[in-house]
Amino acid sequence: MSMTDTRLCEMTIHELRDLLKAKQVSAVEIARSFIDRIEAVESRIKAFVTVTPELALEQAAIVDESIERGDDIGPLAGIPVAIKDNMCTRGTLTTCSSKILYNFKPIYDATVVDKLVRAGAVTIGKTNLDEFAMGSSTENSGFFVTHNPWNLDTVPGGSSGGSAAAVAADECAFALGSDTGGSIRQPASFCGVVGMKPTYGRVSRYGLVAFASSLDQIGPLTKDVTDCAIVMNAICGKDPLDSTSLDVPVPDFMKALVSDVRNLKIGVPKEFFGHGTDPEVESAVRAAIDLLVSLGAEAKEISMPSVDYGLPVYYIIAPAECSSNLARYDGVRYGHRTGTSTSPIFAKGGVSSNLPLTKGGVGGVVSLYQKTREEGFGPEVKQRIMIGTYALSAGYYDAYYLKAQKVRTLLRRDFEKAFEEFDVLITPTSPTVAFAIGERVDDPFAMKLADICTIPANLAGIPGISIPCGFKDGLPIGLQIMAKGLNEETLIRVAYTYEQHSGHHKEKPGI
Amino acid sequence: MVEYEPIIGMEVHVELQTRSKMFCGCEVAFGGEPNTRCCPVCLGLPGSLPVINERAVELMARAALALNCTIASQCVFHRKNYYYPDLPKNYQISQYDYPLGVNGWVEILAGGKSKKIAIRRVHMEEDTGKLLHVAGNKSYIDYNRSGVPLMEIVTQNPPPEGLDQIESAEEAREYLQRLRQILLYLGVSDVKMEEGSMRCEPNVSIRPKGQTEFGVKTEIKNLNSFRAVYLGVDYELKRQERVLREGGTIVQETRRWDDERGVTASMRSKEFEQEYRYFPDPDLVPLRFTNDWITKLKADLPELPIPKMKRFMSDYGISLSDAEVLCDTREMADFYESCAKLAKDPKAVANWLTGEFLRLLNATGTTVAETKLTPANIAALLDLLDSGTINRNTAKSVFEEMFTTGKTPSEIVKEKGLEQVTDTAEIEAVVNRVLAANSNEVRRYRSGEVKLKSWFVGQVMRETKGKANPALVNELLERNLEE
Repeated sequence: MSMTDTRLCEMTIHELRDLLKAKQVSAVEIARSFIDRIEAVESRIKAFVTVTPELALEQAAIVDESIERGDDIGPLAGIPVAIKDNMCTRGTLTTCSSKILYNFKPIYDATVVDKLVRAGAVTIGKTNLDEFAMGSSTENSGFFVTHNPWNLDTVPGGSSGGSAAAVAADECAFALGSDTGGSIRQPASFCGVVGMKPTYGRVSRYGLVAFASSLDQIGPLTKDVTDCAIVMNAICGKDPLDSTSLDVPVPDFMKALVSDVRNLKIGVPKEFFGHGTDPEVESAVRAAIDLLVSLGAEAKEISMPSVDYGLPVYYIIAPAECSSNLARYDGVRYGHRTGTSTSPIFAKGGVSSNLPLTKGGVGGVVSLYQKTREEGFGPEVKQRIMIGTYALSAGYYDAYYLKAQKVRTLLRRDFEKAFEEFDVLITPTSPTVAFAIGERVDDPFAMKLADICTIPANLAGIPGISIPCGFKDGLPIGLQIMAKGLNEETLIRVAYTYEQHSGHHKEKPGI
Repeated sequence: MVEYEPIIGMEVHVELQTRSKMFCGCEVAFGGEPNTRCCPVCLGLPGSLPVINERAVELMARAALALNCTIASQCVFHRKNYYYPDLPKNYQISQYDYPLGVNGWVEILAGGKSKKIAIRRVHMEEDTGKLLHVAGNKSYIDYNRSGVPLMEIVTQNPPPEGLDQIESAEEAREYLQRLRQILLYLGVSDVKMEEGSMRCEPNVSIRPKGQTEFGVKTEIKNLNSFRAVYLGVDYELKRQERVLREGGTIVQETRRWDDERGVTASMRSKEFEQEYRYFPDPDLVPLRFTNDWITKLKADLPELPIPKMKRFMSDYGISLSDAEVLCDTREMADFYESCAKLAKDPKAVANWLTGEFLRLLNATGTTVAETKLTPANIAALLDLLDSGTINRNTAKSVFEEMFTTGKTPSEIVKEKGLEQVTDTAEIEAVVNRVLAANSNEVRRYRSGEVKLKSWFVGQVMRETKGKANPALVNELLERNLEE
């Protein structure tokens, strides 16, 4: 057991893989190290909605058997992963951190989960999020708040706050998050880890509980850029079950792990440095750009005026889609139903549900809907459903939803134009570092400003990555790099180069 | 007195006969144990995503083309948002401003006159589940039907220049029957009103003749047969007229047809336009169709019922009523045409098929596809009749034998010795025998009771077991009786 003393849980995927391949450690030992770590710190972090140690040990044992047989194991075999609790895991609770799904156990695995499990990854638990991924601090979780491992009084960001905190606190080797307006990158920034939002359509959304379908994208949260490339290799690709997934070849992202930014053209859009950007965040980002320039890149200040409309456009489109996506949570088939402590039963081969309908009418069902949703959804979700319902209503559709879509097209064109000249755009991931728990709860606008730098990439469908680039008062600062659609390799190369010359990723919170 | 004219709009839903559902791989079939043909997608489980069934799109495009629609070059699926327990996502994937097909027409025959009923749109959507209400105030849901491909066909009122509208309950029924016939010809649906694979919700209003704005309309639901459509629309037109004549007003509402009582009754008021909050489904990408694809689909369309009827009438000289019967189904029409091409007299073929053939099909519950009769055998039978080898009565029994056994007519005639006797001497011998044996009747005939002649014919035919050539029998009888 000497290996566990060296804190396996602190290691990256590639370090763990090397030990596994060299048979210096077993997958079960790795899993135990993470389970012990969760036991030690979870009561302070509260990153997980559900921890699945038995399942993890079972999966790890299978990987060990495979190694024993001499099978050629892949880079993720035996590696513990935490999965954001809005991705379906067969037989394991998938709550979206919402009371309305407090008891929901999916009958199928999301495509990404399936891919990871097939690759031998060990699923260690499901992480906390802002209810249905709506929020920027994980304070909107229907269950509890997650704490930032760097300072337990601050938020981990959101909505993938549980995933980011779990990676930062070494409760998993890597995690999956979902990013609709920054929900991977912003918490990665707050927790000092690497977070990638791939191009829209790169990763299948099948099994990701939808918030805003045209913006949602799954991606990895990892301890360094190399791990990011490893996970990207495992999760990208066309999925016949997701019509919006892109049918394009997936490159070997490991080949992009090259420390070279010579002649790289960096655009620095000034609009991403307004809106109350913390001066220390700005100087850390500018220092990072300077470092890249010193390594042979060229940087130029640019202007992308349409970016200023990103936030308002997002807060029309995302709620509109969410109002429709969340309509299915009504207490009829699964999840919370008012007046009952048990979930409605969905029985195959029999009747599905025993509904309080009045014969020949639906007298009782309207109040079932109303009460179930009233009790099941939190205030942020309700607000967005109402905004979205309004924006889609006849008479308002053209003024809001249609107009927002048109502005979205303009914004997309602005990015296309920028990428004619530049290989990447570099900005802060969020205007500030992690804020105190409770600080912005009563100021929804300030809360939403945390996503102002990340939202444009979702609207444009382009990839973005956040990597640590410094600290303010002991809290990590995130550097965001964006590239043209399907150019994740460029992001990985630039991020890797920066990482090789900075070393911020090696710092650990003292928890 | 004010004269009223009806405005009748038809909204028809047709379930497609695909192997799998519109957006998932679950089997499409009628009935079955509840909730056994479901998956995460058609149950709308969290995280599931729809994938378009290309075969369903192709079949619906085929139908839209047969209804003379223009196929959109871009076709978008929208979400129609409303809450109902049979709708698992609480939105239905449907189409809104970019439907599959627009501006078509369906030809109908109204009192023998051709009319082209204007079609506004043909669009694709998914079916809902089914609610089952049981005793004890309980309700259950069966999602087997959820996600079955559904095609909606909507008529246009007022029709554009050159096209017509439905103007009576008879025409409403005729429109629906023609629609069904066309869809059966295309093989896109089994179109069974009783099983709900074709559902029709007419909306009906009346207005004083000459007035341009529409009257207040009511929608009729629960019409489960063509007869119910006719009766329901007819009832509603008369009810509205009665209400207006009595000085009342029509309420915009949905009315349920009560088949037992033969009346419509108010179901729910539709004073407020339902707010569906349509928006393009972000889970699906717009479909784009190439001209080549559309051209190929068009080229593959079969000849449709009414054009076929018209062609049969001119090519084979048959009557409208025969053409109607023969073109009822594509199988019957094809069968007729194969026979007509082989036979010397296509009209005679039509008589045999609309008479004996249909009678035997009905009596035995056989379909045209299952019949043992072959066009070649029918043509051969008609030749035997034509050449006088057998007479008409014998031909009927041979036809039935062919129907039952599949044997050729000559085989049957030979086996049973059914050749018509045309030997004058042989028949004359029989005639003489009959006359000799019935001297009493001969006397009566000769004293003026000439109607006895047919009795003598019967006797001769009986003696010859029906094989005697009837013309010869007549001729010989006449000659011998007059002596």
